[in-house]
Amino acid sequence: MRRGEPPRTLRQHAALVYPGAMLGVLFLVPFAIMIAVSLYHRVEQGFYEPGFEFTHYARFFTSFFSDHLLFSLFIAALASALCVLVGFPFTYALVRLGRRAQIPILVLLLSVLSLSEVIVGFAWSVLLSKNAGLSNLLVWIGLLAKPLAWSPSFGAVLCGLSYLTFPYTILVLYPPLSRLDREMVEAARTLGASPARTFATVVIPVLRPAILAAFILGFVFTLGSYLTPQILGRPQHWTLSVLITDQAIYAANIPFAAAMAMFLTLVSLALVAATLALNRSARRTP
Amino acid sequence: MEAHGVSLRGLRKRFGPIVAVDGVDLDLPAGKLIAFLGPSGCGKTTLLRLIAGLESPSAGRILLDGEDVTEVPTHRRNVGMVFQSLALFPHLSVGDNIAYGLRIRGIDRGAQRRQAEELLELVQLPGVADRHVSALSGGQRQRVAIARALALEPRLFLLDEPLSALDAKLRESMQVELRLLQRRLGITTIVVTHDQREAMTMSDLVVVMGHGTVQQAAAPLAIYRAPLNAFVAGFIGSTNLIPATIAGAGRIVCMGREFAVASLPDGIATGAAAVLSVRPEDVVLHPPPASRPNGLGGRVAFIRDVGASIETHVDCGAVTLISVATPKDRLDVDTVPTWKRSCRRRLASW
Repeated sequence: MRRGEPPRTLRQHAALVYPGAMLGVLFLVPFAIMIAVSLYHRVEQGFYEPGFEFTHYARFFTSFFSDHLLFSLFIAALASALCVLVGFPFTYALVRLGRRAQIPILVLLLSVLSLSEVIVGFAWSVLLSKNAGLSNLLVWIGLLAKPLAWSPSFGAVLCGLSYLTFPYTILVLYPPLSRLDREMVEAARTLGASPARTFATVVIPVLRPAILAAFILGFVFTLGSYLTPQILGRPQHWTLSVLITDQAIYAANIPFAAAMAMFLTLVSLALVAATLALNRSARRTP
Repeated sequence: MEAHGVSLRGLRKRFGPIVAVDGVDLDLPAGKLIAFLGPSGCGKTTLLRLIAGLESPSAGRILLDGEDVTEVPTHRRNVGMVFQSLALFPHLSVGDNIAYGLRIRGIDRGAQRRQAEELLELVQLPGVADRHVSALSGGQRQRVAIARALALEPRLFLLDEPLSALDAKLRESMQVELRLLQRRLGITTIVVTHDQREAMTMSDLVVVMGHGTVQQAAAPLAIYRAPLNAFVAGFIGSTNLIPATIAGAGRIVCMGREFAVASLPDGIATGAAAVLSVRPEDVVLHPPPASRPNGLGGRVAFIRDVGASIETHVDCGAVTLISVATPKDRLDVDTVPTWKRSCRRRLASW
């Protein structure tokens, strides 16, 4: 079977059984259970019983929850955009280094992935604290009059989320950037484009699909984060994921948590689809 | 005096411990097509990239029309270049690819469009400006890359192995086409190639490179007929290289026999070791006995008859000589166990 061709023989179909089954067991079945639970009836002071009602979805349309949804989408998009903004030039410079210089940098970056969200969150809360944080360093240098508490705050949450997403951004950007034909950049130079102009008119447009992929991955990844906003933010900085956890674990309201999770999934899916559609139409009319 | 398009003075380029270009001095005439020819790793591409400004030299100067451009960055040199990978921009249409340089210069869109279409006419590919690059064949992409490189009317046109991705037939016709285009525009052009046939077909001047230096720079036929050294003789066409010793004015000794040669290079002393280069087409086969002047006895070891030419390998003891003849010169060598050859022309080098 060649790439991109539909399977024809029984053997080729058989090869799809295993991945298909795993997708069903690990993803579709739990997802179906979640949909079902989101429609169940909640028993006050208890758990839930089978039912069919839209009360949980209706409750969601109060300003408290929809505000948090908007905030979640906003901070996820911002953190992801920040990662791409910093990560793209970073990776562009990285792939131009020699192999020997690249490996330690990549290992260091990927080692961040081995840290749990809790550790990263608390590390940032210390770094941004008044007593032991970076502001003391700035006071010592003379840039600040007295140390400041930078956490909890919106900036601290953004910082933590970006830090956690950054390695993924690099992972997505690295392969297409390292495959970029260097002669394409050189061709732009011989045609009179300065290095900055080349970057803007050739490198970025050619790699737009990779940039978009990195942004979407970062966005979805950040959207699911529920510890960082609690550690580094005030209650108004809590994302919907935090509220879902709150409802599921502390309020024992599984149907409502499931309904919110469903809603978050649908909204983010719609946003991803919209982004891709926007990219396609932009491609048609450059 | 001929105007110099490009002058290179003591040009050197090191990559760490590797010296890619080792002291090149060249004057390339304006308005001509020059081929940099050599095996892979000989420094020919590096030399081209130095001229384009894509590499900066470790030492030496580069002059374009007498102006020192050694320190001028690529985007201000105004050289058009066709890359080995062609390096067309996949996010732009054919027309926008060609007009890229014009857009960078801030020329208005209508004029961009007109020029792109004119250039497509020039490379005989009209009416594809709105197509996507991926919708073109290899040969068409080649033409687009050439049109894009010529869009800014560059003072120098550089091509790095431009035809290597094309199949043999298309390559041959593109060689002729490129040559005619260059003549029409009269633009100083440098083509890097490892294909000696391509260099011979296209160029006014062939620069044979080897080991980071210029081995010989001359007109194609001059290089073929009078190679300066064994490297050039071996690289351009096929040849028989025979160890020899200089025996005096117009005489050399090889394989224990004295031969007359038409000319010897200047400044070579009697008794010096040399290499005799004899082109296969200059080796003429005769039936024995081997008593003719400049004759040598041997035994036919192998015959490759491909119809258009007959190649005969003759074992002469210390060396195996190769003779190439056309069918009309055919000698029925199969039945002749020994033969003799005469050298009509010979070239000595050392």
